[in-house]
Amino acid sequence: MLNPSAGQSIAVHPTQQVGWRKGLGNLPSSWLLGPSVLVALAMLLPVAYLILRSVGASESAWDLLFRLRTLSTLGRTALLGISVTGISILLAVPLAWLTTRTDLPFRRFWGVVSVLPLVIPSYVGAFLVVSALGPRGLVQQILETPFGVDRLPSIYGFPGATITLAFLTYPYILLTVRGAIQNLDPSLEEAARGLGHGRWQTFWRVVVPQLRPAIAAGSLLVGLYALSDFGAVSLLRYETFTWSIYQQYQTAFDRSIAALLSLVLVALATVILLMESWSRGRLKYFRTGSGVARRQRVLRLERWKWPAVAFCAAVAALSLALPFSVLAYWLVRGVIAGEPLFALWTETRNSFYASGITAAIAAAFALPFSVLLVRYPGRLSRLLESTSYVGYALPGIVIALALVFFGANYARPVYQTVWLLVFAYLILHFPVALGAIRAAVLQISPRLEEAARGLGLSRQRAMLKVTIPLLWPGVLAGAALVFLVTMKELPATLILGPLGFKTLATAIWSASSEAFFARAAAAALLLILLSSLPTAFLLVRLRSQGDRQP
Amino acid sequence: MIASTVLECASVSKSYDGVAAVRDASFTLAKGEIMSILGPSGCGKTTLLRLIAGFERVDAGEITVQGKQVASANSHVQPERRNIGMVFQEYALFPHLTVGKNVTFGLKDVPDDKKEQRLAEVLQLTRLEGLGNRYPSELSGGQQQRVALARTLAPEPVMVLLDEPFSNLDATLRSQVRAEVQSILHDQGASTIFVTHDREEAFAMADRVGVMFDGNLVQIDTPGAMYRFPTTADVARITGVSDLLEGTIEGGRVATEAGKLPWMSAQDIGDSDSVSVLVRADDFLVMPNPNAKAVVVSREYRGDAMILVVRLPSGATVHCRQGPYSELAAGTQVTLAPSRVQPFVAFPKKG
Repeated sequence: MLNPSAGQSIAVHPTQQVGWRKGLGNLPSSWLLGPSVLVALAMLLPVAYLILRSVGASESAWDLLFRLRTLSTLGRTALLGISVTGISILLAVPLAWLTTRTDLPFRRFWGVVSVLPLVIPSYVGAFLVVSALGPRGLVQQILETPFGVDRLPSIYGFPGATITLAFLTYPYILLTVRGAIQNLDPSLEEAARGLGHGRWQTFWRVVVPQLRPAIAAGSLLVGLYALSDFGAVSLLRYETFTWSIYQQYQTAFDRSIAALLSLVLVALATVILLMESWSRGRLKYFRTGSGVARRQRVLRLERWKWPAVAFCAAVAALSLALPFSVLAYWLVRGVIAGEPLFALWTETRNSFYASGITAAIAAAFALPFSVLLVRYPGRLSRLLESTSYVGYALPGIVIALALVFFGANYARPVYQTVWLLVFAYLILHFPVALGAIRAAVLQISPRLEEAARGLGLSRQRAMLKVTIPLLWPGVLAGAALVFLVTMKELPATLILGPLGFKTLATAIWSASSEAFFARAAAAALLLILLSSLPTAFLLVRLRSQGDRQP
Repeated sequence: MIASTVLECASVSKSYDGVAAVRDASFTLAKGEIMSILGPSGCGKTTLLRLIAGFERVDAGEITVQGKQVASANSHVQPERRNIGMVFQEYALFPHLTVGKNVTFGLKDVPDDKKEQRLAEVLQLTRLEGLGNRYPSELSGGQQQRVALARTLAPEPVMVLLDEPFSNLDATLRSQVRAEVQSILHDQGASTIFVTHDREEAFAMADRVGVMFDGNLVQIDTPGAMYRFPTTADVARITGVSDLLEGTIEGGRVATEAGKLPWMSAQDIGDSDSVSVLVRADDFLVMPNPNAKAVVVSREYRGDAMILVVRLPSGATVHCRQGPYSELAAGTQVTLAPSRVQPFVAFPKKG
């Protein structure tokens, strides 16, 4: 659930907004249309199957669904979503402002540091919280000898889950809001000042309303994350829908209960999506004039300078320094105890294998899909586009469940193989590849292809010789992002992985649910390092690309 | 200080990182007066407006609005307390608010019924009736321009500042919108300063024009005086088609290739000094004369006039405006006869 295009604006060539012109020369060829339709059908499969399944559900399953317990799960899920989003906003908006518009000391440093929690998967964060603050955890052990503390207030349940998720997900809002702040037109603030508004009034009446869409877009990501999170809520024992579904799946004889619960979760995700588009409303965000934007003014913090630094440092300490020191502590303890910590060869290979295949296939399909969406806008491509975002809105556990049912009943040959797992990964993470690759296609003027054709190349050859080489960095970026998010995927892997198929993610989860903290720490460190590699590669790549832009 | 003076700038200076943007600017604006600041881009004219509005702090000098000092080297009244309206070059309409909400934005402590009343008045004045519920992005460029003006006028500011107000409009729309804005400002009796790099705009709309180069307000005058009696060659150039003829002062006349001409100068010039004489396109009559040494080298047809370029024996050229039906072809030998009633303007020769 990473939206790479959020928060950064994409230059769109105005000439690309040509409609679907009549004439055979401009119809998308079948090698564009074929893969795209295939993707759309694949995307629709899980939901269609869930609906089918729940229509055939037994009466007792429906009875179970309407029991009080479902209602309280719904309440807990909503509460978690709302409070995680609320805390994330409170952390992200001031951080975004401080790192873009003020003379905060070490501003660039804080700008980078504040995004880094994104590399920590939720179950790693949760495992660190449990291992530090849980019973027999780090803090209790430290306090036991001198003070005889044998029990800490419980961190399980709502407070633990909320704080953990908020500190891991606030960067989503930070990134979108930061982008919006950088695009603010400073003359709007001046206009408000000139019309008799002071600094604070201007901030509330002019700046905040303009940031609202960005806050809403970031909150959408955070809300969906909280809703579909399985790792943190399962380790911190807060029973939201995802965990409840997993338990039903594991224990109940009638699996259609899990299907019904999944549909309720899908409905909840849909509500969040609708709320976001409703909050966006009629607003238009572009500057109305065409004049050159004035440089934004840097706000002098003066006596607020050090309190601001303290705030940034506190967030960084809680979201980065603390987790990594706990991680280091368990590693050192494990090494001292002589545990075979890095015997994770199979898990690492499995993670690489499944994520690598997924990344390659996702990029291969996203390329023709993006070209179709950008070069042939129209009703058909709009329809295809909206189906492709199903995976983005659906929690991983829902897709995994649907595919388990589907595989067991209709797709026996791939059931219990890596391929069904890869298929689930593809549905989940295809939008990530699409976002990155479409942004790259948007940057390329169709005039270039036309020039090549004017020089005697056929349409296919022009695409091959001109468009694809130019798109290559974008395709790599898309594949790298898919790789990154797939490495971290937990619930789909738990449910769909063939028997005995362990990845780094499942290793961390099972080790920490059984309180083998040192082993979990080793796997977590490995996972964070390996999944950060493509991110680092991506950043370097994007930067050098940025340098070449005129 | 005269009672009807709205604004007084006294030796106002501003520099950025040691580069002067405005140097020692002094002028006053009378109540109801429209003044334009004309200058090439980067000459500091926008900075001057922003200093007056309070978006920038002055380094030296004083700005006084209605007798109250609002800016000096060590005092600065915040922009929201100056009651000065500014229309931004790119309009800066709030994209999240409707036209109505934009226009009433500055009417903070006004009761709702008064607010509605003022909104209706201003929308009518700017011919925007019925557009109150639209969003800025749904309007045309000319309409956005008028919303920006309506928003500025609504709180009845003591003066209105416009930054390149018409530069975002296409050429066909520009002159129409210009006339509308001018009549709105006149109807409101709004004291106005606007900056532009377009001479026609500066002349057509303003009661007085200030010309600015490199941060210096070089000359402030009525458009007519500015055109006829520019004080420097730069001012002459930016205020219209102009040519310079070499000449020597001989008492009350200056001897040039085009004859002995009456002269005047803002600078200190004495007998037998070498000077450059400013010649405007309508200062000479052009008559065919087969014995003359001057030759028409080219013709530029402008619809309402014909501009002839005449080359004098020394190689210097003079642009001469003729009626649109002038038959004088390129290659025709001609004599030039002064048609100007006022004395010609002479500048000391450079170097």
